[in-house]
Amino acid sequence: MTKVDARGYACPQPVIMTKKALEKNGAPVTVLVDDNAPLENVTRYATNAGFKVSHKDLGGGEFEISIK
Amino acid sequence: MAKLKPHLWVIVTGLVVGAAAVLLTALGNPGNMGFCIACFIRDIAGGVKMHTAPVVQYVRPEIIGIVLGAMAMALIGGEFKSKGGSAPVSRFVLGFFVMVGALMFLGCPLRMVIRLGGGDGNALFGLLGFAAGVWCGTIFLNKGFSFKRAYNMPKLEGYALPAINVVLFVLLVAGAGVLAFSEKGPGSMRAPVIAALVAGLVVGALAQKSRLCMAGGIRDAILLKDFHLLWGFIAIFAAVLVGNLILGKFKAGFDGQPVAFNTLVSGNFLWAFLGMFLVGVASVLLGGCPLRQLILAGSGSSDATVAVLGMTVGAAFCHNFGFASSGDGTTANGHIAVIVGIIVTLIIAFTNCQKADD
Repeated sequence: MTKVDARGYACPQPVIMTKKALEKNGAPVTVLVDDNAPLENVTRYATNAGFKVSHKDLGGGEFEISIK
Repeated sequence: MAKLKPHLWVIVTGLVVGAAAVLLTALGNPGNMGFCIACFIRDIAGGVKMHTAPVVQYVRPEIIGIVLGAMAMALIGGEFKSKGGSAPVSRFVLGFFVMVGALMFLGCPLRMVIRLGGGDGNALFGLLGFAAGVWCGTIFLNKGFSFKRAYNMPKLEGYALPAINVVLFVLLVAGAGVLAFSEKGPGSMRAPVIAALVAGLVVGALAQKSRLCMAGGIRDAILLKDFHLLWGFIAIFAAVLVGNLILGKFKAGFDGQPVAFNTLVSGNFLWAFLGMFLVGVASVLLGGCPLRQLILAGSGSSDATVAVLGMTVGAAFCHNFGFASSGDGTTANGHIAVIVGIIVTLIIAFTNCQKADD
């Protein structure tokens, strides 16, 4: 399981970090983000790339996105 | 239609921005300048006398509205967060040179689309340059460009730009004689304060919700084959084009376009291209176009606030040192400033590329 910590990074960094992790190790990947914009962008990217995407609200504005 | 549904907000935002732009021009704003983030920040820099170019001094309520509208929407959506500390000085410098490039071309990426929708063929060279600049920026993103992460900041940091804009608005409506107001030129052409403020509030709120960004649209299309944000870009163009056709304001051509120079004389097309190339690269490094920087600054990002301050100081320099173009053409000082800007931006890009496992 690859973990990407994209908290604090501005778009499009979280998407690029996710893309690189998926290209390197494949799914599953979990991505930590701390804003709604990267949550939407990572979800849209991974969904378009054909993965199953879900997320958990960790509270405090942080989300854990799981990509399978 | 189902295919367009995920893009609904960004398309609606684009249509509203385009319609508001046409309306504001009909109400008194300069031609093809219903909105222009670069020009309006420049006007504000003149309004507070950071420069004294007599034709471009006015504290534009549109900017005030955009920042406060974004703040309101971010607060409502629980997205307002005071964050910053990601390479502030580099962001200031990039903001500065975004303005140098935009005032070479005479417009931010948003006004570029609005000019295209009004039939201004000169904006085609700007579009080519902007797309090339964004493409160049994506190469650095692929090579690992990053300004590193931002951290939580004290609340006051995030409210700084909204607070500044509230002060500007108070000075605008009640500050008799404190601010400078152009008596001729583009700065004297103004939609009524309330119309401009309301248009700004609506656009700021919608753009915050939809993440509309001119640079992001082309960037995501190149980098991720994701055309989501590009829909907003297309919607603005469509709304402006239709609005201008309805009002009989559409005028195709290169010569005599409002607040624009003819790119077909004395090699000016090259400078329109290079100016927007600079804007494109620097916007990708900043994470968004000037409009997006305003929206992020209104949503609590002190990094974006620093970029906006850089743009404001850049605008003052552009007029104090003769970098800015005018309807008559470009300037030699401006050519030098744009070349320096491209070099500095590329240095910032190269030096912030991290190795894969960094």
